[in-house]
Amino acid sequence: MQKTAKVNFSHQQLICEGEWNIPNIPSLEESLAKILFPSHGEIIISGAKITKMDSAGAWLLTRWMKKLSAKKIPLQLINFPEHTQKLIDLIQQRKIDLENIPKTPKLSWIARVGKITVAQLQELYAYLTFVGKLSIELLRIASHPTHIRWTALLSSIYKTGYQALPIIGLLSLMIGVVLTYQMGVQLRNYGANIFIVDLLGLSILREFGPLLTAIMVAGRTGSSFTAELGLMKANQEINALDTMGVTPAELLLLPKIFGLFIALPLLTIWADIFGIFGGMVMANNMLNISWYDFLQRFQHQIPIKALLIGLGKAPVFALIIASVGCFQGMSVKNTADSIGKNTTKSVVYAIFFIIVADAIFSIIFSKLKL
Amino acid sequence: MTTNPNIIEIKHLSTYLGGAWVHKDINLDVKRGEILVIVGGSGTGKTVLLHEMLALRTPTSGSIRIFEHELIKADAKTLLAIQRRWGVLFQQNALFSSLSVLENVSFPLNEHTQLDQQTIRELALLKFVLAGLPIESAVKYPAELSGGMQKRAALARSIALDPELLFLDEPTAGLDPNKVMVFDELILNLQSTMGLTIVMITHDVESLKRVANRVAFLGEGKVLAIEPPDKLIQNRHPLIQEFFNSE
Repeated sequence: MQKTAKVNFSHQQLICEGEWNIPNIPSLEESLAKILFPSHGEIIISGAKITKMDSAGAWLLTRWMKKLSAKKIPLQLINFPEHTQKLIDLIQQRKIDLENIPKTPKLSWIARVGKITVAQLQELYAYLTFVGKLSIELLRIASHPTHIRWTALLSSIYKTGYQALPIIGLLSLMIGVVLTYQMGVQLRNYGANIFIVDLLGLSILREFGPLLTAIMVAGRTGSSFTAELGLMKANQEINALDTMGVTPAELLLLPKIFGLFIALPLLTIWADIFGIFGGMVMANNMLNISWYDFLQRFQHQIPIKALLIGLGKAPVFALIIASVGCFQGMSVKNTADSIGKNTTKSVVYAIFFIIVADAIFSIIFSKLKL
Repeated sequence: MTTNPNIIEIKHLSTYLGGAWVHKDINLDVKRGEILVIVGGSGTGKTVLLHEMLALRTPTSGSIRIFEHELIKADAKTLLAIQRRWGVLFQQNALFSSLSVLENVSFPLNEHTQLDQQTIRELALLKFVLAGLPIESAVKYPAELSGGMQKRAALARSIALDPELLFLDEPTAGLDPNKVMVFDELILNLQSTMGLTIVMITHDVESLKRVANRVAFLGEGKVLAIEPPDKLIQNRHPLIQEFFNSE
C-alpha cells in the first residue's frame, strides 16, 4: 500500500520521484548516499515527478543541497510544484543546526556528589525553616484560640485514626501471631512455654506496637498528606488561600499535624491490644497456655512502664510523619512527576526518621535504665 | 482514491451526557484543505464534539468518518493509522512536563517512525523553528516557558508527523490580543505551506474572522449554521446574534 519514492541521477540531472514523506525518508537517504555526484558543473534538480512532499522530505532535499553547495557545485531547482517550492524555500531560510542547541554541561562524579550534597543540605534547611514557621504560626493561633479549626482537626482524626482502625488491627493481630510462632518454637525446646507472655508483652508494648503502627501510618497517611497538599499546590489553591488572608498552616497543616498527634497514640493502643490478642490465640493453640494463665501472668509480669514507654514514642513519631508529609506536599513543583517523587520521599524519609528516632529512644532508655 | 473532498463526515450524531442531550442531531463535513472553526456559547458541547472526533469519547449514536474510516467502530489498528495522520493542540497544551521541549516535539517521531536519532532531532528542530520558537529554548522544560511559548511548543509537537488534519482546541485562550494575531498568522502560514486541514474551536471573534474559511455554529444540540464568517455575522438567528453582539 505504501507509495514509494525514488531519486535518480543522470546527465547532471537529479530527478526526484514519488512521495517524499516521513515513511520514505530512510530509503531516500540511502539512495542519495549511493549517488556519485560530479565535482563540477551545474546540477539540475527536477521535481516534476514528485507527487507529495512533506516537510521531512523538503528537509532531506535541503540538507543534500547544502552538502552540494558546500562543494561549490551550482544548483538549480526546476519544475517543483508551487506548494512544494514554498516549503523548500521556507526551510532554506531557517538556520537549523543541532550545533546551535545549548549543551547541558556534563558534570564529573565528584561534582555530582557535591551537587547532591548541597541539594540535600538545602532541603534540610528548608525543612527546618518550615518547622520554624509552623511553630511561630502555632504560637499565634495558641494566643487566639478562636482560630483553631475544630472541624478540620476532627476530620483529620477521623481520617487518620478511625478509618485506619481495621487495617492496623488486622496487621497487628498477624504480627502477634507471627512473633508467637517464631518465639514459641524456641521456647518449647526448653519447656519454657509460659515465658512467651513476658517476651510478647514486652516486645509488643515497647517496640512492635508503636513502631509498626507508625510505619503503617507513614505509608497510609504521610503519603496522602503529600499528595493532597501537592495537588493543591500545583493547582494554586495554596496561593489562593494565602491571598485571602487564611494561612495554609492554620487551615491545612496544623489540623493535620495535631490530628495525627492525637490519633497515633490511640492507634498504638489499638495495635497493642490486637498484637497481644493475636499472640494469646497462638499461645493457646501451639503452646497450650490457657487464656486464664496468659492473662494472669501478663498482669504480674508486664510493668505499666512498658506500655507508657511505647505510648510515649507515638506522639514523636506522629510529629515526624505529619511534618515530613506536609513539608513534602508544600514543596511540590508544577510538574507531573513532582507529586509522585515527593510522595515517595515523604514515605521514605518518614520511615527513616521513625527508625532513627526509635534507636535514639532505645539508647536514652538504656542509659536511664528504664 | 482521494476523490472524496471531505476529510471528516459527521452524520446524525447525538450525545447523552449527565442527564441531558448535549448533541441531538449534528451533521458536519470538513473539506480537505479548509480551516473550519467551531463556535457556540458555553455548554453547547464544542469540546465534547472535539473529543468525539478524536475518539476520546464515544457518542450515543451517529457516525463519524475520518479519512474514509468509520471512527466509532474502528479497531485498534485502524485507529492507530488514523491517529498518525492527525495532530492535536490541546487547550492546556498538554506538554509532557518531564521531557524537555525538544524531546516533546521528538516524541511522536520516536514513537511512529524508524528514523535515526540524528534525523529525528533535526526534524524536531525544524518543527520547532517553524513554530517560531528560538533554538536556545529547545533544552528547556515546559514549566520554564511562558504561556505563549508553551502554545508554540505544543503546536510544534502537533505538527511533528506532518499531519493532514490538525485539531486546535482554543489555541489562543489566555494569550494577549497582540500574541493572538501573531499566532493566527503562524497557523495560516503553516496551513498554506504544509497543506493542512484545520478544525479549530475558539471563542475569539477577531481570530475567527482572520483564519476561518467556514464557521460552524453549535446551539440547541445542532449545527445551527455553517457559513463563511462574514455571512455568519449577518445571520438572523437569535443565538448567533447574541453570540456576536455580546463580544
